[in-house]
Amino acid sequence: MEFGLSEEQILLQDSVNRFLSDQVPLDRVRKFAEEKDAGDDIWQGLVELGIPGLIIPEASGGVGLGKLDAAVVSECLGYHVTPAPFIGTVIMAPVALIESGKREDLLRAIAAGESKVGVAFGESIGARADAGIEFDGSKLTGKALFVLDYLADFVLVATNDKKLLLVSSDADGLDKRELTTVERTRRTGELVFNNTPAELISEDLEVYLKVLDAGRVMLAADTLGAAQNMIDQSVAYAKVREQFNRPIGSFQAVKHMCAEMVANLEPCRALVWYAGYALDEVPEEARLTACHTKAHLSEVGKAVSKTATEVHGGMGFTDLLGLHYWFKRIGFNRQILGAPELIREEAARVQNLVT
Amino acid sequence: MDLSYGSEYETFRTEVQTFLEKHKDTPTQGALRSENVLNWQRTLIENGYAARTIPKEYGGYGAEPNILESRIIAEEFANAQMSQGQGGQGISMLVPTLLEMGTEEQKKQFIGPTIRGEMIWCQGYSEPSAGSDLASLRTSAVLDGDEWVINGQKIWTSTAHMADWIFCLVRTEPEAPKHQGISFLLFRMDSPGIDVRPLVDMTLNANFNEVFFTDVRVPKDQIVGQRGQGWLVANSILGFERGSLASPDAMLMRLNALIDLMQKETINGQSLMTYPSYRDRLMQIQARVMAMQFNDMRILSSRINKNQDTKLASMIVKLQGTELRHELEALALDVMGELGMAIGDNPYLRDKGLWQYHYMYFLGLIIGGGTNQIQKNIIGERGLGLPREPKVEINK
Repeated sequence: MEFGLSEEQILLQDSVNRFLSDQVPLDRVRKFAEEKDAGDDIWQGLVELGIPGLIIPEASGGVGLGKLDAAVVSECLGYHVTPAPFIGTVIMAPVALIESGKREDLLRAIAAGESKVGVAFGESIGARADAGIEFDGSKLTGKALFVLDYLADFVLVATNDKKLLLVSSDADGLDKRELTTVERTRRTGELVFNNTPAELISEDLEVYLKVLDAGRVMLAADTLGAAQNMIDQSVAYAKVREQFNRPIGSFQAVKHMCAEMVANLEPCRALVWYAGYALDEVPEEARLTACHTKAHLSEVGKAVSKTATEVHGGMGFTDLLGLHYWFKRIGFNRQILGAPELIREEAARVQNLVT
Repeated sequence: MDLSYGSEYETFRTEVQTFLEKHKDTPTQGALRSENVLNWQRTLIENGYAARTIPKEYGGYGAEPNILESRIIAEEFANAQMSQGQGGQGISMLVPTLLEMGTEEQKKQFIGPTIRGEMIWCQGYSEPSAGSDLASLRTSAVLDGDEWVINGQKIWTSTAHMADWIFCLVRTEPEAPKHQGISFLLFRMDSPGIDVRPLVDMTLNANFNEVFFTDVRVPKDQIVGQRGQGWLVANSILGFERGSLASPDAMLMRLNALIDLMQKETINGQSLMTYPSYRDRLMQIQARVMAMQFNDMRILSSRINKNQDTKLASMIVKLQGTELRHELEALALDVMGELGMAIGDNPYLRDKGLWQYHYMYFLGLIIGGGTNQIQKNIIGERGLGLPREPKVEINK
C-alpha cells in the first residue's frame, strides 16, 4: 500500500520543474502576456520532455503514462504559471481520441508535438450570453465562447447535447476572434460556426464525461501548483520583510494567515492525487472525485490567492511583483469547465441525491 | 500510488471478520470496570485486537507494529459496529509514555491493569493560569523525606471523577527555567487531600473536572523520568492526542448520517435535499471530508514508506479536522431549523440530540488539546520556519 507519488513521478516532477525554473521564469511569462508571442520556445521545451504524448499509448507514439502522472505535470505548470496548451492538447483531446478510437493519425501528431488542440466545452456545461452549438450530422452551427487555445490546429467542440466533434482551424465557415480575459497566460477566443464541417468523435455521454473529468482534475492540479507557489512566496516574504524592527512573519496575524493557507491547501494535495489516480484505476469513483476536486480546489485556491496577496501588503497588489499572475491563473481555473456551484450540483446528481 | 493491501492482508482481514462473526452476540457495552467490559477487553487482548503491540511481558498481545493490520482491524470493527474495547488517556497516552520512559517496575505495575481496563487514569496537565502556556504551570511538589507533597489545582481533567490514578505535571524545581522545572508524577486519586469538582460545560454535561490538591503525599519513586524532565515526558505523548481528536473515519460516519437526515427531514413536505442552498453546503462539506480522508491515507502510507514527507499534512489535522467537524454538525442544525434547537425531552428531538451535542462538543475540541490558534503557531513556526514572536521582558 502506498498513497503517494512514486520515484518515477518525483523524477518527472523534478525534470519539468527544472526546465520551467530555468527556461520559463516570470519574465518569460510576462513577455508572453504583454507581447502576445506564440510561446513556441516554451512548447518546444515541453515537447523535448515528452509532455505532449504523456498519456498517449506507446503504440501511438506516446509515453503511455497515467492521469496521475499528468496531474503531477499540470501542478508544475500551475506552479510556474506556464503558458502552454496543456489541458486541450495533452489531456482532453487525447482522452477523447483514445476513448472513441478515432483519428489515430492526430493522436500520433499530438504525441510528436506537431499538432495542438483547443477546447470548446463551455456550452455543453452551461451556455452563456446566447451562445450554443448544434450539430446536424455533418456541420456545426452556433457560437462557442471562451474557447481555450482557440487558435490551435484543431478544436475539440462539445455541443449543447454533449456530442464531441473535431473542427480544423482552417475549416470553411469558421470565424474566430480573441476574447480578452484577466488571465493572460492562456488565450481564449470566440468561435462562430456557420455550417462548419466537423468530424464526429463521439456521441457517447460516457466519453464526453471522461474527457470533462480529466480536464477538470488537471485544472485542479494546476490550481494546486499555483496556490502552493503563492504560499511559498508568502512565507519567504514574511521571513525577510521587516516592520516594527522585526520580520512580519513573527507577528501572529501574518503567521496565522500563512498557517491557514497551508492547512487549507495540504489536504488538497492528497485529493488531487487520488482524483488523478481514480480517473484510470477507480472508474466507479472517478466522476464524484473529479467534481469535488475541481470545486474544492477552486474554493481553496480563491482563499489562498487572496490571503497570499494580503501577506505581501501593498507589494502584493503591484504588477512589479507579478503575484497577480498566480491570482488570475487560479481565478481562470475556477470558472473554466464549470464554476464550483455548477459542479457541486453535478456532484449531488452523481450520487442521486437530486433527480 | 498503490491502494491494494496485498493478499496476506486479505487473509488477515478474513481472520478479523471471522472473529467478529463469532462474537457478534457477545455483550461489549457497560460501565467502566463492569464485567461485560472487562471480559470483552480480555477477549480482545487475547486475540490481538486490543493492546496489540504491547509486549507480552506487560500483558499485551506482543505483535510487531503493523499499520495496515491496525487499519484493517479498525475498518472491520467499524463495519461490524463492534466495540474496539477500552480507550481513554491511560491506554492512549500513559501506556506509550511508560513504554518509552518508564522504569521496569513501573511498566510491570501499571501497563497490565491499564490495558485490561481495570485501572482508569486521568491526565493532570492544564491549570487555570497555564492553558496554552502549559509550561508555566504552578502546582508544586516538594520533597519531604521519601514523599512528594503536592499543592495546587488542575482543570479540564476529564474522567477525574472516575479515575483510580492520575499522571500529573508538577513543578519540582521552582528556580529552574520553566520548561526544566517540571516533573511527571503518578499517584492514586483516592490519596488524602484530593478534591474533584465537576465542571459543567456548555453542553450541560460535566465532561471535565477541576481537581484541587492540598498536601497530597506521594511516594518519591512514583516519578516518570528524572526530576525536571517532565516537560520532555509530556511532550512525547501530546502528539498522540492531537491527531486523535479529529478522526476522518468518525467524520465520514457523521457525513453519512447528515445525508440520511437531509433525505428524511422535510419542509412543507419537501425533502431537505431538494433545497439547492442546503445541498450546496452539503457538497462543500463532503469535498472537505474527502480531502481529509485522503490526507489521512497519505499520512498512514508515509509511516510505511519512510521516504514520504508528510510533516505538514500531519500538522494540520487537528486544526482542519476539528473545524470541519464543527461545521458539519452546524450544517445539520441549520437544515433542521427550529428542530435543531431541540434537546432533552423535546418530543421532536432528532437523533437523540447528537447534532446539537457534537456541534458544541467540537467547539470544545477546537479549544482543547492545544487551541487552534496554538496549532497555527506550531504550523507557522515548526512547519514553515517562520520566526517566533519575540519574548516580552518581564519586570519583576
